[in-house]
Amino acid sequence: MTTKTPSPQINMNQSEWPLWEVFIRSKQGLDHKHVGSLHAADATMAVQNARDVYTRRLEGVSIWVVESTHIHASNPDDSEAFFDPAADKVYRHPTFYDVPDSIKHM
Amino acid sequence: METLEKVLTPEEQFQARIDADIRIEPKDWMPDAYRKTLIRQISQHAHSELVGMLPEGNWITRAPSLKRKSILLAKVQDEAGHGLYLYSAAETLGTTRDQMLADLHSGKAKYSSIFNYPTLSWADMGCVGWLVDGAAILNQVPLCRTSYGPYARAMVRVCKEESFHQRQGFEIMQTLCEGATAQKEMAQEALNRWWWPTLMMFGPKDSESPNTAQSMNWRIKRFTNDELRQKFVDMMVPQAEFLGLTVPDPAVKWNEARQAYDFGEVNWEEFWAVVKGNGMCNHERLQARVQAHEAGAWVREAANAHAAKRAAREAVAA
Amino acid sequence: MLTQDLSSAKATAAAEPSLLFPYVLQLADTSLILAHRLSEWCGHGPILEQDLALANIALDLLGEARSYYQYAAELEGQGRTEDDLAYLRSAVEYRNPLLVEQPNGDFAHTIVRQFLFDNFHYHLLKTLKNGPDTHLAAIAEKSVKEAAYHLKWSSEWMIRLGDGTDESRQRLDKAIATLWRFAGELTTPTAAETTLQEIGVLPDYATLLAEMQAHTENVFAQATVPLPAPAFAQLGGKTGRHSEHLGYLLSELQYMQRTYPGLTW
Repeated sequence: MTTKTPSPQINMNQSEWPLWEVFIRSKQGLDHKHVGSLHAADATMAVQNARDVYTRRLEGVSIWVVESTHIHASNPDDSEAFFDPAADKVYRHPTFYDVPDSIKHM
Repeated sequence: METLEKVLTPEEQFQARIDADIRIEPKDWMPDAYRKTLIRQISQHAHSELVGMLPEGNWITRAPSLKRKSILLAKVQDEAGHGLYLYSAAETLGTTRDQMLADLHSGKAKYSSIFNYPTLSWADMGCVGWLVDGAAILNQVPLCRTSYGPYARAMVRVCKEESFHQRQGFEIMQTLCEGATAQKEMAQEALNRWWWPTLMMFGPKDSESPNTAQSMNWRIKRFTNDELRQKFVDMMVPQAEFLGLTVPDPAVKWNEARQAYDFGEVNWEEFWAVVKGNGMCNHERLQARVQAHEAGAWVREAANAHAAKRAAREAVAA
Repeated sequence: MLTQDLSSAKATAAAEPSLLFPYVLQLADTSLILAHRLSEWCGHGPILEQDLALANIALDLLGEARSYYQYAAELEGQGRTEDDLAYLRSAVEYRNPLLVEQPNGDFAHTIVRQFLFDNFHYHLLKTLKNGPDTHLAAIAEKSVKEAAYHLKWSSEWMIRLGDGTDESRQRLDKAIATLWRFAGELTTPTAAETTLQEIGVLPDYATLLAEMQAHTENVFAQATVPLPAPAFAQLGGKTGRHSEHLGYLLSELQYMQRTYPGLTW
């Protein structure tokens, strides 16, 4: 798809501001969480747009933005190979181990 | 399990995930028709939010008190936000906002016909909030559980914000109905104009809605048009009675056997006329959007040009 | 130092609600009229994200205006409400400077108008929040945070438009040429403002001007736009002599209250 000559549609989109993914920390102590995306011409504007779009109801105390094209994601086709092997490693979880009731603080 | 997977086609596997209420995410395989239908539905929804700003925006400068002015402006601004969330959701399916806007501006893409009706009095702000948003909420709440993840998440956000919209509309109506005669008349006159167009918001009758079955299967639609329309009437008639207003449909009557209100037939001729572009405001609404987009082109270009210049300078400095 | 000056005048200011009333009304009118102008953009902005930004600024200013009107009503003590003050005064009674009633024009005009206002507004609120009048200080304390963001937003747009494309630069130049003459009124005290400055309720505008000028120079340099020569200051709004634009604005703003007098909405 990327090897094709640019269609008129792609030319038109050159004027469109890039897409950014927005992550918001809702309160101190919590992780930033993905909340959506928006368009902005540059990073400064992206942070401000995120403030104006996604924190109008006290939703955040901190904002991260990442240009969408910079996000690298795992491939859903790989999901079995990636994630299923973790399913049988029960020994990684504390509940796998029997601890006598009389033992405290463990 | 292995043998089962081998006999299932991708379409069948896809449908099985949907049936199991597992959300579909952007990079997952999906049938082309699902993708296309979703792009059409989500962008139509986004366009409706965008165009929906205009009829209410028409009264921001004339709101009768500072409190109402603040509320109305915040509400119309929310609609811009909702449009933005929805465009973002659609963009995860591989289209762009520019493309969607181009389709809106060329008339290829539709938006909710209700916004092609004019807002003629302050009571219309009440009716739009109370009736139009009321109808929209019935449509939207089930979509919080729709099969496509980004759409469902956008809808959760929309519904959360939308909850004050209907209330503020009802409050406007209630204030009018408890006010002077002129205010009550204003409220009734607005209800007379908005009642039937609101019933049309749920779309054509089930018997004339051929895509409903597929959309329900894909869980991108969760109730039929007629089901939602009935729900709406059942919800609204008692509220109108509470306000002391008369719903402009002599056929409205409680049906004890059905445990629902009977109501008259929507004027489908009018419905199709407005869909086809012959509503009072089709022209103005689209014109206003095109104008805003075109008049904004140089602003968007300037910001891009400046970002490029700044990036180039930073590259040299580094 | 300014803070100390203002604090020492506390007793004088508290004793003179009749002196404070017209000034608080001036602040209220100013924020309301600009909020009204910005709200005209709603649904017509150059891109959705900026539509939201413009509405946010309008909502901040509207909230600020309401606080001032409520305080003014209290100072007046005649039983008038915020809505009475906003909706039932005529254009000659309005006290906003001419700048804020100027039409939106294109986006460049809106940005220049906003920048000129924000630069004054932010620096004024920064001193008012430490001023002797506790009520005014409380409003300023809240609003100065909003104004800081507004100034950031309009300054960045000044830079983008100035150092953007040829077209944006031409439009910005034109907007500056149109609006610069209204900047002077913001910092030219009326007789009423001078009195308040003398008793220490208001800062000497000369102290604000230095900070405003520094910020302007910084922004214009980044925007690659030469600083315009000081223009003839068009005065009048703050004493009730307005441009022709205000009448139309008020006829919309006040339409409902004038058509249906005395009702609750």
